Amino acid sequence: MLIKRKQFLQVGSLATASFMLPKFLKAFENPVMVPAGNKVVVVIQLSGGNDGLNTVIPIQNDIYYRERPKLGIAKLQAVRLTDEVGLNPALAAFKDLYADGSLGILNNVGYPNPDRSHFRSMDIWQTASSSSNYINTGWIGRYLDAQCNGCIKPTQALEIDDILSLALKGETNNGLSFKDPRRLYSTSNEKYFKDIAADHHKGEETADYLYKTMSETLSSADYIFQQSKLHSTVETYPSTGLGKDLKIIATLIKSDINTKVYYVSLGSFDTHVNQQEQQKRLFTELNDAINVFSNDLKKNNRFQDVLMMTFSEFGRRVSQNASGGTDHGTANNMFFISGGLKEKGMLNALPNLADLNEGDLKHTVDFKDVYATVLNKWLGANDKLILGKQCNYLQFI
Amino acid sequence: MLLPNRLKNQHLLWRAGFGPTAENAASLDGITAKQLWELLLKTSGKKPEKIEVADNLIDGLVKGVDDLVQLEKLSKEQKRVIQKQSREDLKTLNIRWLDEMINSEAQLREKMSLFWHGHFACRVINIYFQQQLLSIVRTNAFAKFGDLLREVSKSPAMLQFLNNQQNKKQHPNENFAREVMELFTLGRGNYTENDVKEAARAFTGWGFNLKGEFVFRRFQHDTGNKIFLGKTGNFDGDDILDILLEQKQTAFHITKKIYSYFVNEKIDDGKVAWLSNTFYESDYDIKKLIEAIFTSDWFYEEKNIGTKIKSPVELIAGIRRLLPLTLQNENTQLLFQRALGQILFYPPNVAGWPGGKSWIDSSTLMLRLRIPQIITANEVINIRPKNDDDTMMGQMMQDRIADKFNQSYADKGAAADVDWSSVATIFESVPRENLLPKISDTILQTKSRVSNILLAEYLNKENRENYIKSAIINLMSTPEYQLC
Repeated sequence: MLIKRKQFLQVGSLATASFMLPKFLKAFENPVMVPAGNKVVVVIQLSGGNDGLNTVIPIQNDIYYRERPKLGIAKLQAVRLTDEVGLNPALAAFKDLYADGSLGILNNVGYPNPDRSHFRSMDIWQTASSSSNYINTGWIGRYLDAQCNGCIKPTQALEIDDILSLALKGETNNGLSFKDPRRLYSTSNEKYFKDIAADHHKGEETADYLYKTMSETLSSADYIFQQSKLHSTVETYPSTGLGKDLKIIATLIKSDINTKVYYVSLGSFDTHVNQQEQQKRLFTELNDAINVFSNDLKKNNRFQDVLMMTFSEFGRRVSQNASGGTDHGTANNMFFISGGLKEKGMLNALPNLADLNEGDLKHTVDFKDVYATVLNKWLGANDKLILGKQCNYLQFI
Repeated sequence: MLLPNRLKNQHLLWRAGFGPTAENAASLDGITAKQLWELLLKTSGKKPEKIEVADNLIDGLVKGVDDLVQLEKLSKEQKRVIQKQSREDLKTLNIRWLDEMINSEAQLREKMSLFWHGHFACRVINIYFQQQLLSIVRTNAFAKFGDLLREVSKSPAMLQFLNNQQNKKQHPNENFAREVMELFTLGRGNYTENDVKEAARAFTGWGFNLKGEFVFRRFQHDTGNKIFLGKTGNFDGDDILDILLEQKQTAFHITKKIYSYFVNEKIDDGKVAWLSNTFYESDYDIKKLIEAIFTSDWFYEEKNIGTKIKSPVELIAGIRRLLPLTLQNENTQLLFQRALGQILFYPPNVAGWPGGKSWIDSSTLMLRLRIPQIITANEVINIRPKNDDDTMMGQMMQDRIADKFNQSYADKGAAADVDWSSVATIFESVPRENLLPKISDTILQTKSRVSNILLAEYLNKENRENYIKSAIINLMSTPEYQLC
């Protein structure tokens, strides 16, 4: 026999609705609430190993066309940025961003002794470890550790997902993940949970830790839900996964929430077979969502303070395989999108296809240098502490 | 302070197994922990039956193939079918082993096996290799560590996972040699990079065939002298493992990990030193080591009770042991494992699951608190994990498939029928006024407790069975229940 949940958990609370109202009204009077200079990062993870060579295409390179007789994207089809460089046809909006100086493309990003396993390489990127080292905390999680001593609400880093990624797990602080502010609110807004949290007395350390996490989650759920209702966006976002995710992020970026890092994923880019169709579909989703998101931020005067960055756990091999796809490779490119870039366009040289390591690209930029640059120059954080060593700063921000 | 038998017995059952059952929970006041330990040893004494789930389909395809060269001759379609079926079979293996943890009386063996499953973490999509490795672990779970180490090191699963098939005289691959030292025996910082290089040379030629047999490939083996941990000789892989077992540091490293897993993450240096000496002197007798732990007085000290965060698998198994239930879809448990961060046979990396506080973040904690309701009140789960590129292996439109797969859970909820009447028998002889404290003492191991006054507000007082039911579910929906 099943019992109805209402019998043991009395759901529902009037708590938040009332004190939310004044702020909600205030939002109408004063649409621009966030002062300039409040820097935010939006990390977009392209899961599965995106094929960088069919993303940023070397349209003058004979080796590229020789190694990819079927998969190579013809010069005329590519979205042309320069005489040498074209973008995947599905990324048309990126050309506009390139034209107005808000797109940076960094090529050949990777790390020494690259690992071709998805989960291991993703771990390396998310934890910022070397390929022979295992770390149980992520780079954004450690940013929270460094930044968040005594933070009241753990909302400085948010992931739009049901499951929190390792990247956002720190030693003492974690980011918070949710797919939808309303659902987060409704699943945590149980009177029972609030009552037992209020009833808990400090005692044994581990139990206290669990209660602290629970209380923070409950209060953050309220806080995020309220903030997400302050500036419901007027833009029409695509009804795709990423479109919905970026819409949530946009509403929060326009609120006065204290979030510094947002994290979303798109995938799967693991295109061993029928790459063209799969990559096109995913890039269309990426392109359309970023297009609306960028315009939304521009209109609300936030574009110069938001930095979007894409990454993938690895690129793919230079040669196509026999199934209309590509297999796991190494170094890859990253996109940076913001109204506040110092260097724009092509930030470094395209990959040298004549100098490969057993058919794979050699990296020329370590991804940890990118993290250091973002942490230090954009977020004003102690990158050396977070990454465990002094990395080289890049100049694009 | 004298602790009640029940608390101590439940402590033993949670740490050396997966918690009390509806059947045995009532009897835990009457026996001593020592008696219970004897019982645990006895019920875990038999050699386990190997769990075999590989589908006939790949049986047919693989058994016709004698070695790796012939595998190359399989058509692309055949290979794809094998891969896909292997992934499906791994799910079955997962559920079947979880069933053992829940239902088997050999609790100690399955718990020790889960420990070794994390220690010898291995992530390969080959159902034969995984079945075999699990069997090695379960058979040797509390035998001699040396035998366990040797068998694991020669298992195709581990040799493949750590790339020793590619470790050849002309091109040494150091992965296997490094992890054998860093994770399986000495621990980081107790060897040099040169030791790694020399050990890798000794392991050259260690490989496997498709039947799952260890193969020594003489012509790929480096027969030159090696200098390893201060010794010189023409060592092979077996010699390296012997030398590693000669190191007291190996006994220390393993003992410390076992102490942290079974007793307390806060290490008591004196106790670990003493235990590790005994372990070394006993030629790595795992049974003697854990017996020394579980029969000691200090194991039952208050500071060691109710202070460990249950792993997701411990949590799921524990709920199912106390609440006999039939799940409409067994695979719901895979979704829980995934969302909570511990999928059997898919450790996050070769270092295994870090455990402890790393199990907990906002999302995992809130799901943990909701699982008792999801299971017993058929609540919608509403979780869609990201795609797993390792398990999907780039199938076309994989994310759509995955989404559909997850969607079907999300919409349905985890419908289960709980046999509440047998749960209620645990408390048969308990008078009404003692009922709530008694249920609380049966469900929770922590000193911290939700107050019974607060709890009482949430209980269903229609009848005794509903009262017990609502008390159990509410107590399981607390941070305290995450601890054991």
